[in-house]
Amino acid sequence: MTEPILTTRSLRKSFGALAATDDVSLDLRPGEIHALIGPNGAGKSTLIKQIAGEIAPDSGTIHFAGQDITTKHAAARARLGMARTYQISSVAPDFTVLQNVVLSLVARHHGAFGLFRNVLKDRRLTDAAREHIARAGLSGRERQRATDLSHGERRRLEIAMALAQSPKLFLLDEPMAGLGTEGASELTGLLDGLRQQAPILLVEHDMDAVFALADRISVLVYGRVIATGTVAEIRANAEVRTAYLGEDA
Amino acid sequence: MIPERWLNLGVLTLLAAVPLVASLAGQPFTVTLATKIAIFALAATGLNIALGLGGLVSFGHAAFFGVGGYACGILASHARNYEPLSTWPWDIEGTTQMLTIWPIAVLLGGLAALVIGALSLRTSGIFFIMITLAFAQMLYYFAISWPTYGGEDGLPFYLRGDFPGLNTMDPIQFFGICFALLLAALFTFHRLHRARFGLSLEAARQNPERLRSLGIRPFHVRLLAFVISGMITALAGALYADLNRFVSPAMLSWHLSGELIVLIVLGGVGRLCGPVVGAAAYFLLEHWAGAASEYWQFWFGLLLLGVVLFARGGIVGALAKDHTHD
Amino acid sequence: MTSLLLAEQVLNGLQFGMMLFLMSAGLTLVFGVMGLINLAHGSFYMIGAFACASVAMATGSWFLGLAASLAAAAVAGVLVELLVIRRLYDRDHLDQVLATFALILVFSEGTRYLFGSFPLFLDVPAALSGAVTLPGGIAYPVYRLAIIAAGIAVAIGLFWLVGRTRLGIRIRAGEADREMIAALGVDIDRLYTIVFALGAALAGFAGAMLGTIQSVQVGMGEPVLILAFVVIVIGGIGSIKGALIGSMLVGLTDTLGRTLLPVAFSTILPPSDANAVGSALASLLIYVLMAGILVFRPSGLYGGRSA
Repeated sequence: MTEPILTTRSLRKSFGALAATDDVSLDLRPGEIHALIGPNGAGKSTLIKQIAGEIAPDSGTIHFAGQDITTKHAAARARLGMARTYQISSVAPDFTVLQNVVLSLVARHHGAFGLFRNVLKDRRLTDAAREHIARAGLSGRERQRATDLSHGERRRLEIAMALAQSPKLFLLDEPMAGLGTEGASELTGLLDGLRQQAPILLVEHDMDAVFALADRISVLVYGRVIATGTVAEIRANAEVRTAYLGEDA
Repeated sequence: MIPERWLNLGVLTLLAAVPLVASLAGQPFTVTLATKIAIFALAATGLNIALGLGGLVSFGHAAFFGVGGYACGILASHARNYEPLSTWPWDIEGTTQMLTIWPIAVLLGGLAALVIGALSLRTSGIFFIMITLAFAQMLYYFAISWPTYGGEDGLPFYLRGDFPGLNTMDPIQFFGICFALLLAALFTFHRLHRARFGLSLEAARQNPERLRSLGIRPFHVRLLAFVISGMITALAGALYADLNRFVSPAMLSWHLSGELIVLIVLGGVGRLCGPVVGAAAYFLLEHWAGAASEYWQFWFGLLLLGVVLFARGGIVGALAKDHTHD
Repeated sequence: MTSLLLAEQVLNGLQFGMMLFLMSAGLTLVFGVMGLINLAHGSFYMIGAFACASVAMATGSWFLGLAASLAAAAVAGVLVELLVIRRLYDRDHLDQVLATFALILVFSEGTRYLFGSFPLFLDVPAALSGAVTLPGGIAYPVYRLAIIAAGIAVAIGLFWLVGRTRLGIRIRAGEADREMIAALGVDIDRLYTIVFALGAALAGFAGAMLGTIQSVQVGMGEPVLILAFVVIVIGGIGSIKGALIGSMLVGLTDTLGRTLLPVAFSTILPPSDANAVGSALASLLIYVLMAGILVFRPSGLYGGRSA
């Protein structure tokens, strides 16, 4: 079996009496989309934040790309190849689409400390950026300011920025949130193609998307993983049906 | 509405041409006024890197202005009095060579900015404003209570520094030096702005969490911006000391820090020539309104209040087209 | 150095700290509740001092002057809040800094126009003049003791106000969540005006108390304002307790440093140098204190949030 890209072991995080993450161990293998589902307040975002390095777990370990990254800060994890998108789109609002993607390229491959060369006249950077923009389906919008984009376009911009990081892992926090049915199915197609590039840890509420995309699913309830398995296994799991899917039925 | 590029060119041409004409017409006072505008534009260009690009509201840039000023004053006064600065462990002599004084002033300004920045950039928002203000005030009180270099009375040094091939006591030649350094600083600002560093710095202003998750720590970018910013402002301080042939704690006062911010906001925050336009507007206003009323700052305060509350974007923002990123 | 002299310096430090507390209490409330940085807070200090001086000179009663200082600063506070500050709550910090910097210019130049540039001097009222002998044999000026007492009284009053009254509950709720408190039906505009005026009145009171033993002049507010900033950085934004502890730390550090450092240096340097070096370094002490606390607690001793 191939080595997992990402492994968490016994992660725990409490806020006061509330255990937001309770003994979570999961892994992500090359080429797969691993979906993380669960009701609101199950601790999905808290878990993503710990993996991304935005909050520190109380105990447990996180391994990524062969090293222990439990104590590394968020920027270092990003430089190791972790690309993340946010539940609420997070981009530099005054920048154009092109600037945002170039920023992402620069951050991953060059660092901030270039003081002289005009970054937007560097063809290597802009050409690469345009490719990622095209792949995310935003061609023609390069010079638009991010703040003027529609909600769906901003989602795509985030994907383009993540692509520009040439990641070893995508952490996607509810990428479908706020998209209409049409937008969601378009984005599903886009994400489907990403898994060849790097595995995806996908937090998502849109069950159609999850069932269409996921190779494996983990179900998080009250901070605990109550089940992990293939789509079919999860659909058939009685505990999951009562705890979570049952609410939908 | 005119393209910002043309506006900038016009402003700089005017700033160069007016003193030239005034000098030929035998009006040294106008040349000195233009020199003061150039020097403050230089100081504010330094601040514009931290404030305009990085969104760091430093209320303590007088610290760097003063450090540069005192570096110049102390070196010059030692040289004029033929007293070495120190004899142990090394012999260090004073100097009147601008080409030696400037790097020292810039280095000390950068060092001060590194220390102050490393401490104050751990915080943000209101805290950052208060802390930068407090550290500048610390240097102010230190300058007042340290008697060796004049304490509260300041330190006069009678002659400007020397520059190879120029007579620095000639107002127009000294203006030329200041103007050239201003151009160099504006060029630096422009290059930094367009480079990877400027991109990262502006991203740190707009969305620091995102920048971090892309792999760049905002603290590092901001600290470097703060240091470069302090260096340029310190250079302006050294020139200002030379202009007056005098340094005093007033160069370190909170009022000066406030003025530098005002210059930028008057001209246009983050705009290349915002500091130049702001400095020109401010000192021309001081010149004319100050002659009309002893209490001109009262009226200026009201004006500033009006600008902040009702008209944003500064003078460059009002005159130039919205700058597009290309 | 005798222990008697030291005790006297400790009292001086307390007195200085109490005045800083009066300044910083209002500031920290305005920071905490409204999220606003107000550079013009020092102007209320100046207004209080000038109001006290003019009324005391006109009526001959210092106590009337003290009352006038509270009233004048509070009225100025209300006006400033209604006309200017109210428009700044939703602005960024840069706008707040500029607008309140502009207010300083307006107040300082306005006062200079009315009263001129020469300092005014006030006499300590007869009832509070002279000295008392404290246990241990220290003769200490009554007026300075009165300042300490006034500071303690204000501190108790503020803790009671914020901790025990309906207004205090609203203030704390407003700190936690501006929208929530508006949703609860509290008139948030009026709450802000009251908090701002209260802070201004305290600053005016401090100006009158301290102006009486120093001098009353234009620009007297800003040095105190900046010390109050140091206090708040040390204590933490929005915390009255932090403001109190911070004020005491700054007051004592500064006062004792100015006395003790020259003495300490006199053991290794000739007296004249020791004095110069000692007092120059003493002027740095509180900032070193601030830097030290920042390294370990970036949001201050009692600051929950970094704002």
